[in-house]
Amino acid sequence: MPRYYTEEHEWVDVDGDVATVGITDFAQSQLGDIVFVEVPDTGAELAAGGDAAVVESVKAASDVYAPVDGVVTEGNGQLEEDPALVNSDPEGEGWFFRMTLTDKSQLDGLMNAVAYKAFIADL
Amino acid sequence: MTENESTGEEAVPTATLPLDAWHRAKGGRMVEFAGYWMPIQYEGIMAEHLWVRENAGLFDVSHMGQLSLSGEDVAAALEALVPGDIAGLKPWRMRYSLLLGDDGGILDDLMITNEGDQFAVVVNGAVKWEDIGHLRENLPDDVTLNHNEDYGLLALQGPKAAEALARLVPECADMVFMQAARATWNGHAIGLSRSGYTGEDGFEISLPNEVLAAFADALCAMDAVKPIGLGARDSLRLEAGLPLYGHDLNEEIDPIEGDLGFAISKRRREEGGFPGAARILGHLADGSARKRVGLLVDGKLPVREGAKLFDGEEEIGVVTSGGFAPSVGAPIAMGYVPRDHAVPGTAIAAEVRGKRVPCTVAAMPFIPHHYVRKQGG
Repeated sequence: MPRYYTEEHEWVDVDGDVATVGITDFAQSQLGDIVFVEVPDTGAELAAGGDAAVVESVKAASDVYAPVDGVVTEGNGQLEEDPALVNSDPEGEGWFFRMTLTDKSQLDGLMNAVAYKAFIADL
Repeated sequence: MTENESTGEEAVPTATLPLDAWHRAKGGRMVEFAGYWMPIQYEGIMAEHLWVRENAGLFDVSHMGQLSLSGEDVAAALEALVPGDIAGLKPWRMRYSLLLGDDGGILDDLMITNEGDQFAVVVNGAVKWEDIGHLRENLPDDVTLNHNEDYGLLALQGPKAAEALARLVPECADMVFMQAARATWNGHAIGLSRSGYTGEDGFEISLPNEVLAAFADALCAMDAVKPIGLGARDSLRLEAGLPLYGHDLNEEIDPIEGDLGFAISKRRREEGGFPGAARILGHLADGSARKRVGLLVDGKLPVREGAKLFDGEEEIGVVTSGGFAPSVGAPIAMGYVPRDHAVPGTAIAAEVRGKRVPCTVAAMPFIPHHYVRKQGG
């Protein structure tokens, strides 16, 4: 299953027409302790680059953007009870939401793991 | 993903403090604050916060301004600018006070210590240059103001602070809350006070810049002591119900509105003679229209500075500090509400991203203070 990354530190797993979105390990390490996550409602129509979710650390609130266009099929309900999952397993159990892809060709504009690793090394 | 956090407005280059390299070597994540690079956290705000409540945390607060005032009638000169009883302050005792503008608005909050031969004043880093300008302009010419830039300031806070510090400076053990002393460490003159801004027992230690790192190393070599960043300092002081200048207090808010009536000493209430006395004493007698209160937030969504407060559809106030409180285990906040809403237990709501979050006005502090008020106490 291919994984894509954005310059805003979201990751996207793609399985057919369904994408799972979260924030990267690098992002959670920069944010510190996560105390609250607001995920989008099922059925929400997201546009690439638009607001999708909010993640709150002890010190600040940060926006999470939609990496590509799509319609939300599921938010990760586990994060409501245990927002720290984003710290402990950011690229696994700590996923934010799932969406159906409107335009799979948009994925071509995102980075792969090697490119993302090089990207954060320069920050 | 982008942080919404606001950044400083100053165009002046960010300065480094004497312990800059020390913080970086300890893994401190450095951010710009009050014109300086400062450590916001080391291992994480939550863990650092809880460490201070259980052990001892070392804070670098060298960005704060350390001033000393000497000359004839310094106490009287200070009393013209602040509402505290400075003339009645016994040697080696200190008092929390407020620098007031002509209309009674708060220009800064500060600590004033009677050091026998002079008064020491510690002011907030973000406004220290304005404070120094205000003092120079308003103090009589025969009062000498020194800005002691060759001294840094450390704060050791938490239940194990006294025991840890006593291994380096034994005389600290006999001090009580709001008491100050001079001491020596490895032949260097240092200043000590049993004070801080976390709600815990603890000390602030003023040391020559060149020995700060060695002293910090000596403390952090002890199992009970870890370096703590400004992030946890902020969450600790919020739980302690202590206002932060520039956020919970500013030049438009007077001491009564700011719930700092205790800073108007008894004699000064009777005599007046401080800036804005008419407004402040009026508010003291009749109550002010708005008042700083604590807020307990329902649920887990943090309510932060700038969130509007509502009673039904009516906008009634604003949050001035807020965030997740690690020792409470829930979000808390501070803000301003009308006097009739300032009673603990009053239900109101805060607006976060268009949503209404229920809050309850709460008595402060949120976590009890642990000051050592008397010997053996």
